[in-house]
Amino acid sequence: MNKLMLTNEAVARGAYEAGVKVVSSYPGTPSTEITEFVAKYPEVYSEWAPNEKVATEVAVGASIAGVRSMCCMKHVGVNVAADPLFTAAYTGVNGGMVLVVADDPAMHSSQNEQDSRFYARSAHVPMLEPADSAEAKEFTKKAFALSEEYDTPVMLRLTTRVAHSQSFVELEDRKEFAPKYFEKNISKYVMMPAMARKRHLVVEAREDKLAADVNNSEFNRVEWRSKKLGIVTAGAVYQYVKEATDASIFKVGIVYPLAIDAIRKFASEVDDLLIVEELEPFIENQLKAHGVKCHGKEIFGKQGEYSSASIREKLYGIKTPAPVAEVPARPPVMCAGCPHRGVFYVLHKLGITVSGDIGCYTLGAQAPLSAVDMCVCMGASIGMAHGFDKADSPLKRKMVAVIGDSTFIHSGITNVINAVYNKGTSTTIILDNSITGMTGHQDNPATGKTIKGEPTNKLDLEALLKAIGVDSVVVVDAYDLAAVEKAVKEETAREGVSVIIARRPCALLTKKYPPAFTVNSDKCRYCKACLRIGCPAIENIGGKVRINKELCVACGVCTQLCKFSAIEEGVK
Amino acid sequence: MTNILIVGVGGQGTLLASRVLGAIAAIEGKDCKLSEVHGMSQRGGSVVTHVRIGDNIAAPLVTPGEADFILAFEKLEALRWGYYLRKDGKLLVNDQEIMPMPVITGAMAYPDGIYAKLAEEGRDTVVVDGLKLAAEAGNTKAVNVVMIGALCAIEGVKYEVALEAVRRSVPAKLLAVNEKALVAGYKSVGK
Repeated sequence: MNKLMLTNEAVARGAYEAGVKVVSSYPGTPSTEITEFVAKYPEVYSEWAPNEKVATEVAVGASIAGVRSMCCMKHVGVNVAADPLFTAAYTGVNGGMVLVVADDPAMHSSQNEQDSRFYARSAHVPMLEPADSAEAKEFTKKAFALSEEYDTPVMLRLTTRVAHSQSFVELEDRKEFAPKYFEKNISKYVMMPAMARKRHLVVEAREDKLAADVNNSEFNRVEWRSKKLGIVTAGAVYQYVKEATDASIFKVGIVYPLAIDAIRKFASEVDDLLIVEELEPFIENQLKAHGVKCHGKEIFGKQGEYSSASIREKLYGIKTPAPVAEVPARPPVMCAGCPHRGVFYVLHKLGITVSGDIGCYTLGAQAPLSAVDMCVCMGASIGMAHGFDKADSPLKRKMVAVIGDSTFIHSGITNVINAVYNKGTSTTIILDNSITGMTGHQDNPATGKTIKGEPTNKLDLEALLKAIGVDSVVVVDAYDLAAVEKAVKEETAREGVSVIIARRPCALLTKKYPPAFTVNSDKCRYCKACLRIGCPAIENIGGKVRINKELCVACGVCTQLCKFSAIEEGVK
Repeated sequence: MTNILIVGVGGQGTLLASRVLGAIAAIEGKDCKLSEVHGMSQRGGSVVTHVRIGDNIAAPLVTPGEADFILAFEKLEALRWGYYLRKDGKLLVNDQEIMPMPVITGAMAYPDGIYAKLAEEGRDTVVVDGLKLAAEAGNTKAVNVVMIGALCAIEGVKYEVALEAVRRSVPAKLLAVNEKALVAGYKSVGK
């Protein structure tokens, strides 16, 4: 049967058909849907882990226990997972283990543009890169076999354009494997210096063998067309190259180790060799280091995504139409009714410096809220605020860290422990919207539900913070501006570590809202106070303000700003 | 090869619309590639979904100047993405305005006379009152299916095929509303 499938679904399907038993992941665009689709297969155990390190460790454990396992994450998630990954490369596997990573060239939904291919090289594990849904399913299945054949974790790399594109996939049946026994073997599974030194030799020998074997690998293929130009490429870019040029193509399916000799042979049969790869010159520099004459980055650059059009323009000077109209930008915004909006309004009003974090609430940096002053990575908000405190910054008593519930659990907790242990003074606001929001509503340990929607133990944030030794824990309704303001003033004035939990579920979790609010034009003086919260439902139309009833969810935050009581509850 | 661009504001249901088109391709036995946007841009940002239907499709992205159809769920987005349309292509616009943040903050004005501008740029434009038709069908969120209906009518997709594609793409409890929206979309454009 043929099915039109998102590549992320195809990866899930491939793992399912390969008999995967355990999948553990942390959500992250553009990788999230893989694990959501895995969760639909009753034969596979799946879970949301609190972060990518935990997810990878669960997969490593399941593999050593003897079953096929997988963990999925976005590119920056591999930074978190790098610790287990690098040493799992030493222990090798028992059941096949696959780590799926989705890079985000052009940063559609990310804070940096790092290239995860370097992780495969640093960790000395093979990496496969499919170019569409069908290949993603095929490569995922083969990744498990490759993992077992070479006794190594295998990375499967996607990029946004591959992960979030759909094409037809041929479905096959699942193959069940009997679990292998775990046999005690401390020289393989206990990585301490004496054993690890021996395993390092094994890793090197394995990598040498792989580097030789990939020259005849079924993952790579040559498509002969014009021999005037030969192009080495992989992933989504392969599709653009195929469309934009008539060059012969060396299509790389296993990007690490790179098939140097096979590419050298390909190069000898074409007049000129070009490498077309997004992000870093990963393939190009390896070829150059091996004395293969080629070029690429000086034409295409390291930033953003490519397309058939951009390749045609760079190679042949063929231009495509450009935007003609000057139109206002439409950046992403916090939704109408977003519980973060009121908190940021208060912080901006009070002139508080805000150490931000990763999630929908990073959008609080934009006008008109303009509240967030810094954002680096998951969990960093609290550590950075502690850094301001210990740097004795003049801002330190007029500063808060803001972090979402899921991000706090991901890697904020250890930062609070650090601040408490080291006698810091800082205030953290946990924006608890009871869900992992930005990635599209995944459950987490604080929601009380598993990935399959089953009830489970619910993490009690207040009890956790008290157990850590936080001096003051205050809970407020995120929609209540006066309560938020009072809490921020009191807690930032306090010596010691304090946490404000601003609680209110994500507005998109509710499907039924009260009727939209309306502006009573007799009372409205057009003072524009309500526009300061940047709600997409409040429209400024030539001398008056209007509420868009298609967007308003009647959160009531704007009514707290109107001095003339002009914003009124709607009627059914 | 038919290239279609679906543009709108995050939350308007461009993903579902592209999946209905994908289902139509599947029913008609054609190859298809879709490219979607998830994550941050979905939060009220400008979103674009690429749909390519035909044989031996390589790239999942439509090239500027090569779209046979643009389905715009919002007027300003029609203006923004119009350059993707080929010379003899058709632009279907839902007659709805959603203010972007720079307009709400007063930094910029929502452009006047968008249809006149589109005409100046030579875009063959069909305006559909999608919001009104969706409301009449029972749910203003069904604008996307109204627009799909209008596109199918223009492209000559059989109604039964479009309905089956909608049935495959929406939850069963929302089928009745979406069926009405599809009919309204079909009727909204002159045959």
